Amino acid sequence: MSFFVFAWHWLAMSSHWHGSNGIPARFIEHVEYTALAMAIASAIALPAGVAIGHAGRGGLAVVSLANIWRSLPTLGLLVLAFIRTGGAPWAWLIPLVALAIPPILVTSYEGVLGVDPDLKDAAAGMGMTPWQVLSRVEVPVALPLILLGLRTATIQVVATATIAAYISLGGFGRYIIDGLASNDYGLVAGGAVCVVLLALICQFAFTGLSRLIVPAGLRQQARQS
Amino acid sequence: MSWALSNASMLGHLTGQNAYLALVPVLIGLLISLPLGIVSARWGWLYPPVLTVTSVLYALPALALFVVLIDYTGLTDTTVMIPLVIYSLAVLFPSVVDGLRSVPEPVRQAAVAMGFGTWRRLATVELPIATPIVIAGLRIACVSSISLVSVGQLIGTGGLGYLFIDGEQRDFPTEIVVGIVLIVALALVTDTVLVLARRWLTPWQRGAAATATTRRATVRAELRVRPGPGGI
Amino acid sequence: MHRITTHRIPILGIAPARSRTYAAIGVAAAVGLTLAACGSSGGGGKSSNPLSGSATGKVVIGSANFPEDELLAQIYATALQDHGIKVSTKFNIGAREVYYPQIEKGTVTIIPEYNGALLTTSVDKTSTAASTADVDAALTAGLPSSLEILNPSTAIDSDSVTVTQATATRDHLKSITDLKPFAGSMIFGGPPELKTRADGIPGLIKNYGLHFKAFQPTDESSTVTFTDLTNGKVQAADVFTTSPQILSDHLVVLTDPKNNFAAQNVIPLVYKKGVNAKIVSILNAISAKLTTAALLQMDNALVVDHASYTQVASGFVSQEGLG
Repeated sequence: MSFFVFAWHWLAMSSHWHGSNGIPARFIEHVEYTALAMAIASAIALPAGVAIGHAGRGGLAVVSLANIWRSLPTLGLLVLAFIRTGGAPWAWLIPLVALAIPPILVTSYEGVLGVDPDLKDAAAGMGMTPWQVLSRVEVPVALPLILLGLRTATIQVVATATIAAYISLGGFGRYIIDGLASNDYGLVAGGAVCVVLLALICQFAFTGLSRLIVPAGLRQQARQS
Repeated sequence: MSWALSNASMLGHLTGQNAYLALVPVLIGLLISLPLGIVSARWGWLYPPVLTVTSVLYALPALALFVVLIDYTGLTDTTVMIPLVIYSLAVLFPSVVDGLRSVPEPVRQAAVAMGFGTWRRLATVELPIATPIVIAGLRIACVSSISLVSVGQLIGTGGLGYLFIDGEQRDFPTEIVVGIVLIVALALVTDTVLVLARRWLTPWQRGAAATATTRRATVRAELRVRPGPGGI
Repeated sequence: MHRITTHRIPILGIAPARSRTYAAIGVAAAVGLTLAACGSSGGGGKSSNPLSGSATGKVVIGSANFPEDELLAQIYATALQDHGIKVSTKFNIGAREVYYPQIEKGTVTIIPEYNGALLTTSVDKTSTAASTADVDAALTAGLPSSLEILNPSTAIDSDSVTVTQATATRDHLKSITDLKPFAGSMIFGGPPELKTRADGIPGLIKNYGLHFKAFQPTDESSTVTFTDLTNGKVQAADVFTTSPQILSDHLVVLTDPKNNFAAQNVIPLVYKKGVNAKIVSILNAISAKLTTAALLQMDNALVVDHASYTQVASGFVSQEGLG
């Protein structure tokens, strides 16, 4: 039986769509974890990245940090957070937020940094205050890159939340971990399909969002870069 | 830490395993990306579709991919290495194309004018110039790969991830910290080796202008790729 | 942005650049080959395809995914190696649901097992055998022809239903029967496979009528289980009875008068074609020396003192003269 047959059989069972271990329930859990982690990570990384990009300094540190950050292993961080916080119900948040910060930080930094100085001059020449230049010119121009960073971070968080089932978190990862433990490949396959679909939904949601939010002219520029 | 010292041989063994499981897929990814990228740089219409496919694959969470493959390759090292090849490909393919496209047109034309055939031009002009950008991609691919191997521990694959599982089983945070440190250290060493390799391979790239080019290449690779091929 | 630099560009055919590239390729190849050699000679990396396994003719000692079983496997390995038998190890395979198919096919040769759990999980889910003798008889009758169990030891490590001291005092709990009125408001924690095992949730419902509010998958009686139990995320949990945390966390193991959990003596499970008389006698000698007290002491060394598996195993082997 191939993976797809296993998955299809599992997904087709109506009992798997009800109850606290059902697909809708786990979907909501997974989305909640992701949304919360993204909200916190964005609140930290967006202003920081924009500020550093605006100042034009500290970039090398940002990029170097991102590279080190990229090497941090999710499973290790999750277990460590669990043990060190004595199994606090929010223990999983720490690694999820920590791993979501670098992409948002780097892209918002680079986005703002890469704004054409002529644009900023023109805006200043038109009488905009520094704050207005930032909010009406720099951030909008940086938007494609910022959205890119948010998209990456979201997918990162979705994936990490899946692994967090190992420290008894809910969400779709539950299916994979439990299925592996009980050698129930149908459960594992169903869980994998759910996670993959969620990741793809996020991917396309952000692409769609960028189409909505980013003005056409900027989108064209971004594609060329 | 004394624990680390007294278990040095086990740690060394795990680190070696981790390096093998992580870097061989990157090598394979490079070997696939080079011809694929050369062809896509030449026939530009190929680039968007291939890029889309690799981007979508890159977004898939690692654990899910491992698990899909169990059905085909069982609970083996191969099951972990195949997705790592895919993730490396997703990073290296755009890097190769970017690198080849970064060759200044006048330089290419000069090579043609000097009678260089396609292959010779590729081997002696275009690829060497593309090197910094390709290496920027390699750095990201290697670091991500080294970290991702540890997720494979959830399906019983070797590597430093064992320290996380055992640390959880025995309530032993020191072991977990050592695991994290070793993975970061392995990644940093690999990264440094690649940076040194780039300097050695591109001796003409010295000086402020060249540093700026390289920095831009590194950042572009960062932005194109970013961390987390589904779950570092 | 096209900028022609005035630095030397390789089209002038300057040898150093090209020869450096070739040298780099050579080094990369050498590194690659070295890594391949390191990686593939690593012990314990035997391929394990659950869909197709075959006896490799080598002695492969496997273990489940919790420290005590890994330790027992290490003891077997150390003792066999001391007698000059070549073994390879495959620790942390997973729960029984994962490794049992592997030993059935001979991909794994020897695994330290617990007779009662083996019986009700993989051999005969409907069995009601409870005592060591009955369980062993049922196993001998029910195991496939490729497998056999050797002599049981007196050492016992059983699943259980365990609560905190506070809960036991508050609700006057001594046995699992006492839980019945409270189960509906309790969350029960345990390894994920417990949800479907015959002596797990289904068994607790059948034998004691316990309908817990929810089942929370934790882990194999390790950190997550104990942390969740002590901080109240779960109110009762499946704890392995030789866990040192029972004492250190002041937990109360409830008695099991209806024998939901059959006797769980440590016993070697072997793939017949993979072992010979010498191996069998060594393993039986180990079983003869294993006691529950010894297990408790060694688990303590592993979990509390964080001694290494090889250290603890060698200590036991030499102390009991098994090497």
